[in-house]
Amino acid sequence: MPRITAPELDLRRLTLDNGLRVVLAPDTSAPVVAVAAHYDVGFRSEPVGRTGFAHLFEHLMFQGSESLPKLAHFRHVQGSGGTFNGSTHFDYTDYFEVLPSAALERALFLEADRMRAPTISEENLRNQVDVVKEEIRLNVLNRPYGGFPWILLPPVLYDTFANAHNGYGDFVDLEEATVEDCAAFFDSYYAPANAVLTVAGDFEVDAAIALVHKHFDDVPARPAPKRPSFAEPAPTSEKRADHQDRLAPLPAFAVGYRVPDPGTDLAGYTARVALASVLTDGDAARLRQRMIYRDELVTDVSAGVGLFGMPYDARDPDTMTITAVHLPDVGTDSVLAVVDEEVARVARDGVSGDELRRTAARWSATMFRDHDRLATRTRAIGACELLYGRGELAAELPTMIAAVTTEQVAEAAAELRPDSRAVLTITPSGEDGQAPGDAA
Amino acid sequence: MTAIDSQQTPRTAAQIGRTELGPRPLPPLGRQRDGRAPAHVDTVLDNGLRVVAVRKPGVPMVELRLRVPFSGSHRTHPARSELMAATLLAGTARRDREAVDIDLARAGADLGASVDPERLVITGNALVSGLPVLLDVLADSLTGAAHRADEVRMEKERLVAHLAMARSQPRTIAHEALQKRRYGNHPITRELPEPQDVEAVTPAAVRSLQRKGVVPRGSVLVLVGDLPPQQAVDALAGALAGWTSDREAVRLPPLPRVTGGDVLLVHRPGAVQSQIRLSAHAVPRTDPRYPALQLANLVFGGYFSARLPENIREDKGFTYGAHSFLEFNTHGAALVIDTDTATDVTAAALWETRHELGRMVVSPPTQEEFEAARRYAVGSLGIALSSQAGLASSVLAIVVAGLDLEWLRGHPARLAAVTRDQVVAAAAEFLAPSAVTGVVVGDADVLSAPMAALGGVEVP
Repeated sequence: MPRITAPELDLRRLTLDNGLRVVLAPDTSAPVVAVAAHYDVGFRSEPVGRTGFAHLFEHLMFQGSESLPKLAHFRHVQGSGGTFNGSTHFDYTDYFEVLPSAALERALFLEADRMRAPTISEENLRNQVDVVKEEIRLNVLNRPYGGFPWILLPPVLYDTFANAHNGYGDFVDLEEATVEDCAAFFDSYYAPANAVLTVAGDFEVDAAIALVHKHFDDVPARPAPKRPSFAEPAPTSEKRADHQDRLAPLPAFAVGYRVPDPGTDLAGYTARVALASVLTDGDAARLRQRMIYRDELVTDVSAGVGLFGMPYDARDPDTMTITAVHLPDVGTDSVLAVVDEEVARVARDGVSGDELRRTAARWSATMFRDHDRLATRTRAIGACELLYGRGELAAELPTMIAAVTTEQVAEAAAELRPDSRAVLTITPSGEDGQAPGDAA
Repeated sequence: MTAIDSQQTPRTAAQIGRTELGPRPLPPLGRQRDGRAPAHVDTVLDNGLRVVAVRKPGVPMVELRLRVPFSGSHRTHPARSELMAATLLAGTARRDREAVDIDLARAGADLGASVDPERLVITGNALVSGLPVLLDVLADSLTGAAHRADEVRMEKERLVAHLAMARSQPRTIAHEALQKRRYGNHPITRELPEPQDVEAVTPAAVRSLQRKGVVPRGSVLVLVGDLPPQQAVDALAGALAGWTSDREAVRLPPLPRVTGGDVLLVHRPGAVQSQIRLSAHAVPRTDPRYPALQLANLVFGGYFSARLPENIREDKGFTYGAHSFLEFNTHGAALVIDTDTATDVTAAALWETRHELGRMVVSPPTQEEFEAARRYAVGSLGIALSSQAGLASSVLAIVVAGLDLEWLRGHPARLAAVTRDQVVAAAAEFLAPSAVTGVVVGDADVLSAPMAALGGVEVP
């Protein structure tokens, strides 16, 4: 059994006068650099009537800025040998580039220009509404299990608009978005004091700091918005909903549970992550062993913390899910009963030391692999710095998971209560050979 | 610098987009440092297995790729090979399925197997300290996978369910249609087995297929990680010494050349979005025209700053993504263009795609487009090789192509030597509209009329 180790990060920090927090993670092992900007705004901050706006706005941030006409951002990143992307999450939006190290200053310039003065035009807004609608058709409307469970489960588990609504957005809301909405959203949420800039890879620290000052110091200061609490009480009964999916060939379900606030109870949250691994990571995991191979109830089952499939990616409230796909002749309740039985067994008896060590070893390997990709490492550092104030957390998960005890996993299992959860079922409803009409 | 209170004085979009200083100049690129050339050993073991081991520090991990050519001409081969792969790592005489997983997990290791009509690939990774366990489980499975009757039976049921899931995905439907359109009845078109063929497979047939087909001669194993390459080779030679066979792994029969022709419209009733999948003949990495073709493809649709996505996404909003890429097989290569687009703009998107293909001939890549594509090709290669997993997959791809690590290292220089004239010639030869065939999968009730009117489309 290997000793549990974790990637080592040598983070340097500074905060500019305009409030921008900067994290540097030097690593000269390969001649590449990455730059990421994380803004403290996600789906949960969208106003009523503007579902999908945070993601739509992410698209607009690629549409040009004062020094860069439309298409220039992409062309300059890729024409420098680099790659780029952005993504919108429940609590944050990130933008990143990975490039040959010779392009570091160019990447900083590109991020600074759109943080300072993005071009928001009616024409680009209409164009990107069309693009986002195609993205939603691709990932949700035109495929089986579209939005399962990240769009479909939250409205069952949560009551408030912030936590329950569809982060991709309704077509009607997207179409009603205006340039004025975009301007107000930028001024409110894209202040430098509401962002974290992460620079990782092959550079000299002092030179990189000088370049950060050169390009970001004159981004005008604006006050960071006051972040509201999105807390809401856990459900006091089991909540259920069914979704008819005309493209799905097999029934499925997702169970959602609330988890401890990672900001105040990191150990409790981490115990849920370990529990999810004990339940479904690998063929020897408890639910896979029992439900796929012993009882032959399901074709697949998986558990995890975080609606995007990764933990430590949101603030409170966050969600643990157990999802399964099963044959039509197996009822949801009979599968759920087995889930509950296995979870109760963990709550009563705990788990073995070997199960915990296996979980820790797998997480250690997973984190090393993730961190070996510079883009993944940079984005994880930025997200942890933004959400929890500690970029180091991105590398500490294996040792945190290694510290979880059998008692903590048993306590976590005891909290997966049937009377405080959401169950979303997917019912195939297509007639043979019939695909659905446009749902929008 | 004055702080602006957005609550009291909301700025307009025009005010947000301007600063007193005005537009600023793009900083130049700095001087690029070269990466260190990794130490490697490229050899053939006594059992005939080609092994390439590469040292790549950074994280204390190893990445393993084992590729076994695994073609078969019989109609039932896909069903047998899928079940063989599904039970290959599900137990041996020494370990049951649970023990395989437990041993791997303790070592911080993972192993998985997948097949397609061309090859079996076993992908693995482990903490360096877990390499002996990883190799032991691999060798145990290669030489002694039990394919127990109950495991085969359970995996048959799961496979039938997974096939139903896969065939409900638009991308799978489109891929199957494209394969048939360009390759007819060649074995490469039989990617997913038929459910009735799965039902008929016996455990004996699965065991026989492994014994005859999963063999070292003709196969390649790449191991990249934080250990000296000779040490890796020694570990592999020791662990895999018992994996032997007189047979040679079965390669895919040569594919017919992709020839241009009408696009086939495939009906998917009520679909809200269509899949456009086009293809043309291309040349593999061993061909002297390859670097120029690589750049011509980038200019057309091989990255985001390319003509096709800039037109049908960033200008017209027809799609979320439009791509073209080179797809390599044992014998050669094909160019593939793909985009998904709403039903009401599908005909227009197909028209614009053809228009952009035509422009590759009549308005060939400019100096600026050519140079940007070249910088991207060099830079993105460096990024891909900067992680162990990326390096392992890249090395496997070039070894399968009949090349070696020296080729990979020399590729930036090869790209630097390409002239614009060569890219223009490659564009005219490989991206001409007349060279392209393909499929559109979508709602023919809506699409038939406009597509028939465009011409060059075979409607149902």
